[in-house]
Amino acid sequence: MKLIATGNEAVAYAVLDASPDFIAAYPITPQTTIVEALAKFKESGKLKATYIPVESEHSALSACIGAGSMGKRTFTATSSQGLLYMAEMLHWASNARLPIVMANVNRALAPGWNLWADLSDSLSQRDAGWLQLYVSTVQEAYDTILMAYRISEDPNVLLPVMVNLEGFVLSHSAQPLETLEGCYLEPLDLPHRLDTGTPHTLGNVASPNDYFKLRRDAENAARKSAKVTRKAEKELFELTGRAYRPVMEYRCDDADVIIAAMGVFAREAEAACDILRDKGVKVGVARVRQFRPFPEFDFDGRLIVIDRDYSYGCGGILAQEIRARTGKPVYSVIAGLGGQDMTYKDFVKIVIESREEGERWWGID
Amino acid sequence: MRGGGELIEIRFHARGGQGAVTAARLLAQAAFMEGKHSTAIPFFGAERRGAPVVSFCRVSDEPIKISSAVCEPDFVVVFDARLINADVIKGLKKDGTVIINSQVKVNGFISVDASGIARSLGLVRDNIPMVNTAMLGALARFEIVSLKSVKSAIKETFDERNAIAAEQVYREIIL
Repeated sequence: MKLIATGNEAVAYAVLDASPDFIAAYPITPQTTIVEALAKFKESGKLKATYIPVESEHSALSACIGAGSMGKRTFTATSSQGLLYMAEMLHWASNARLPIVMANVNRALAPGWNLWADLSDSLSQRDAGWLQLYVSTVQEAYDTILMAYRISEDPNVLLPVMVNLEGFVLSHSAQPLETLEGCYLEPLDLPHRLDTGTPHTLGNVASPNDYFKLRRDAENAARKSAKVTRKAEKELFELTGRAYRPVMEYRCDDADVIIAAMGVFAREAEAACDILRDKGVKVGVARVRQFRPFPEFDFDGRLIVIDRDYSYGCGGILAQEIRARTGKPVYSVIAGLGGQDMTYKDFVKIVIESREEGERWWGID
Repeated sequence: MRGGGELIEIRFHARGGQGAVTAARLLAQAAFMEGKHSTAIPFFGAERRGAPVVSFCRVSDEPIKISSAVCEPDFVVVFDARLINADVIKGLKKDGTVIINSQVKVNGFISVDASGIARSLGLVRDNIPMVNTAMLGALARFEIVSLKSVKSAIKETFDERNAIAAEQVYREIIL
């Protein structure tokens, strides 16, 4: 089916096509239109899943953990404060090795009260054991939810996946979308699912020795997920012709300067890249799509990193990751916090005014 | 540049409740039906009914990369003439066009009586004429999309009267 849809509608269509057994969710702006769309699918009979509108985000993820422990395919969605309210259960989901898929519609954290795009919510949960993916178009939101199930449910992975899309600028913007209509996923077969026929427990007391081994297993799974993700990307490419990579490269081959960014800013930066190329400045854009596990990141040019997030006293979070990965100096630009708009002209200026190293709060410094 | 090909940028100015977000989306839908690339972007602020709001639409033959606010529109569409101020025409391209819903002619702007047309067709909510679908007819007149596509896009969501309103506005504009 080809249509015009918003980012949130694309997520809902993808969930419909993933055919989950169970959905629990609590509304929060700007995520609400996802769960509203799913509720409509449920009402019309298109969606077969059990759907529980719960009383909080903590309960939403707890309910998914319950159903997930029984080996059911689950989905939930949230934003911002809601994601933080889930924090306790985020760790539970990954440590229990449950393949839950969640859409997080990135929104700033309060106070000041702000409903707009900012990646600080999900990046503050980077060590919760979830694989994190960041999308930049409506189509990519759809494709990535389906890939997330594929990755999450792979027997070599069995970790939850968070698919992140920016609030309003992507969640409520309408763009062309092509859906698959129908589920290409295999049924979920969770080896450690709770089963009354063969009784065992999940989450019992673990001695230091056992606990340590369990964490090592999860770490190995997260590392292996990179390979599984490549397989999921290949499979989707064969189905649709749409190619995804952990780092999406745009005109990077001969670039002297690389702009690294996530989400919609990276696409906007591509437009800036074209303008600068016309002026003879060799710029490329490296869009980081897969944040956990952090992918290979190897470019020759000097690095400008755009962060729509911040870790107080420590700098932009993507900048930190790239510094750690490459060992190279980074020119770090903090931009667009709380939904501040950034145009392609801003990105042109960023490149022109950039230095080898340093940090700049765009529009303030 | 900016995603390649000819890019047309449209900015809608309206009051909360007048359906500017829906208008942008229907225009994107109409362009999409013609095989073009399009995006509709709402600007969500602390909306309340009656307060000034904006929404954006981009139409191109090539994929569109930019998702920021439209700062240099080719077309500005104003649903309520009382909204006209410096902000409304801010950044308008040199050869840009401003289309306003007004009973009286305003110099330099394209004026259409969309409110009158909406009222005559009974497109009224809380005694306010709903002009968002009618105003799309004006954009069809400037060939951003065809009238046929606009009417089809409208009819996917709204009743026939809305498509008629768009056609009447289309016919009212003499270029």
